[in-house]
Amino acid sequence: MQMTLNNVLNMMLRMLETSQTTLLLFFSTLIFSLPLGLLMAFGRMSRIRPVSWLMKMYLLVMRGTPLMLQLIFFMYGIDLPFSRLQVAIIAFSLNYAAYFAEIYRGGIESIPIGQHEAANVLGFSKSQTYFRIILPQVIKKILPPMGNEFMTLVKDTSLAQIIGVMEISALANKMQAYYVTILPVIIAGVFYLVMNSVVSSCFSLAEKRLGYYN
Amino acid sequence: MSVLQVENIKKSFGKDIVLRDISFDIKKGEVLAVIGPSGSGKSTLLRCVTLLEKVDFGYIAYDDLVMTKPTGEKGKAVYSDTQTLQQIRRRFGLVFQNFNLFPHFSVLRNITEAPVCVAGKSREQAESQARTLLDKVGLRDKEHAYPCELSGGQQQRVAIARALAMQPEILFFDEPTSALDPELTGEILKVIRNLADENMTMVIVTHEMAFARDVSDRVIFMDGGVIVEQGDPHQVLENPQSERTRAFLTRFSQN
Ligand SMILES: Nc1ncnc2c1ncn2[C@@H]1O[C@H](COP(=O)(O)OP(=O)(O)O)[C@@H](O)[C@H]1O
Ligand SMILES: [Mg+2]
Repeated sequence: MQMTLNNVLNMMLRMLETSQTTLLLFFSTLIFSLPLGLLMAFGRMSRIRPVSWLMKMYLLVMRGTPLMLQLIFFMYGIDLPFSRLQVAIIAFSLNYAAYFAEIYRGGIESIPIGQHEAANVLGFSKSQTYFRIILPQVIKKILPPMGNEFMTLVKDTSLAQIIGVMEISALANKMQAYYVTILPVIIAGVFYLVMNSVVSSCFSLAEKRLGYYN
Repeated sequence: MSVLQVENIKKSFGKDIVLRDISFDIKKGEVLAVIGPSGSGKSTLLRCVTLLEKVDFGYIAYDDLVMTKPTGEKGKAVYSDTQTLQQIRRRFGLVFQNFNLFPHFSVLRNITEAPVCVAGKSREQAESQARTLLDKVGLRDKEHAYPCELSGGQQQRVAIARALAMQPEILFFDEPTSALDPELTGEILKVIRNLADENMTMVIVTHEMAFARDVSDRVIFMDGGVIVEQGDPHQVLENPQSERTRAFLTRFSQN
C-alpha cells in the first residue's frame, strides 16, 4: 500500500489512541499489585505456618510460570464476567504482586532488628512500627529492584495481545502487515522507550529525594 | 517501694541457660551498675526487663505493675495482659549499645515521634520538650540533622534524649559507650553523670569501671548467668569478696 502522509497521520493517531490501553493496563496493574504485594509479603512472613506455606506456593507458581500462560488461563480457564482488558489487569496484578511481594519481603527483612526493638521499647504498636518506622525505610531500599520491575511491566503489557487485548504492540503488528511497512513497529518501540524513560526518571528522582539519609 | 523488682528469673535459649535465678531490686533514684565478662547474660537481663525477651521463670514488677509472675504450671512465668505490658513500657527507657536511631527521621523527629504517637502529646508540646532535652545533651543546634550526619557520641546522646522524652521512671543502658571511639565515651558518661545528679533511676551495663565506681550507688557483678557479687561500688571494685570478681577485675585491668 502507498504510504501517503494521510496514511502516516492516520496510523499515528490510531497508535496514540491505542497507547491509552497500554497505559491503562500499566497503571491499573500497579494500583492493584503494589498493595496486594505488601499483603502477600506479610502472608509470606506470617508466623502462622499454613499461611506462609500457602503464600510460598502461590509465589512459586506465579513467578515460576510464564505470564503468558497465566493470561491464557485467566481468560479461557475460568469463566470471569469481565472484558479482555479487565482479565488482563487481573492476571497482571496477581503476577506482579508476587514479584513485588518478594521485593517487599527482602526490603523488610533487611531492616535491622534494632529498629523493631527501639520502636517496641518506646511503646509503638506493631502497625505503628511498620507504617512509621519500617516501611519508610523499606521504600528507599527497594527502589532499585522496583524500578526494574516497573520497566519490565511496561514491556510486558505487550503480552496482553495473547488474549486479544488490542494494545500498542498488537496494533503495530497488525498495521505493519496491512501497510507493509515497519514504521508502526518503530513507532511502538519509541513509545515503550519514552514510557520507560519517564519511569526511569521518576525512580532516579525518588532515589535522589530519599538520599538525605543512609 | 521498688521501681523495679526482679525475683528468681531464669532464661534459656534452647539448651543454653543464660540467666540462672537472678534477683535484685532498684529503689527510686538509685543508680545500679552491672559489670561482668562478655556472655555473662547482662544484655539478656536488660532485654528481659524491657520486654524484648521473655523469661521462663520468675517474677518481675515495676512498682505496682506486675509484668510476669510464676503462676504457670511448674512455676512457669505467666505474663500480664498486653494492656498492662504497654503500661509497663511507659515506665522504662532503654539506650542500646548501637543507638538504633531511626535513620529516616531528623534528630527532632526521632525524639518527638513516640511522645506524639504513643503518649498522645501535641506536636508543639513534644517539640518544645525535645528542644529542652537536646539542650540537656548538648545538641540543641542539631535538631534538623539526620542521624547519619552525626558522630557516634552525638547519636548516642540523641538516643538518650529519645528515651528521656517518654519520661521513664527508670532508664536502662546496655554498654552505651562500647560502640564508640574512646575519645567519644566521655561525652556520654557526662550526660549519664548529669542524669544521676538529677536523681534519675538507672541501670547501667558498662565496662567503664572508674565510671561505675564514681556514679553508681551499687554494683552487680554477673558471671555465667548469676549475680556473683553485689554491693557498694568501692567495695566490689576495689576489694571484691569473690574470687571470680577478683579474677575478672584483674583480667580486665590488664587489657
Ligand atoms: N537470641 C539469642 N539466641 C540464642 N542465644 C543467645 C541469644 N541472645 C543471647 N544469647 C546467648 O546468651 C549468652 C549471654 O549473652 P548476653 O546476654 O548478650 O551476654 P552479655 O551482654 O553479658 O555479653 C551468650 O552465650 C549468648 O550467646
Ligand atoms: Mg551485652
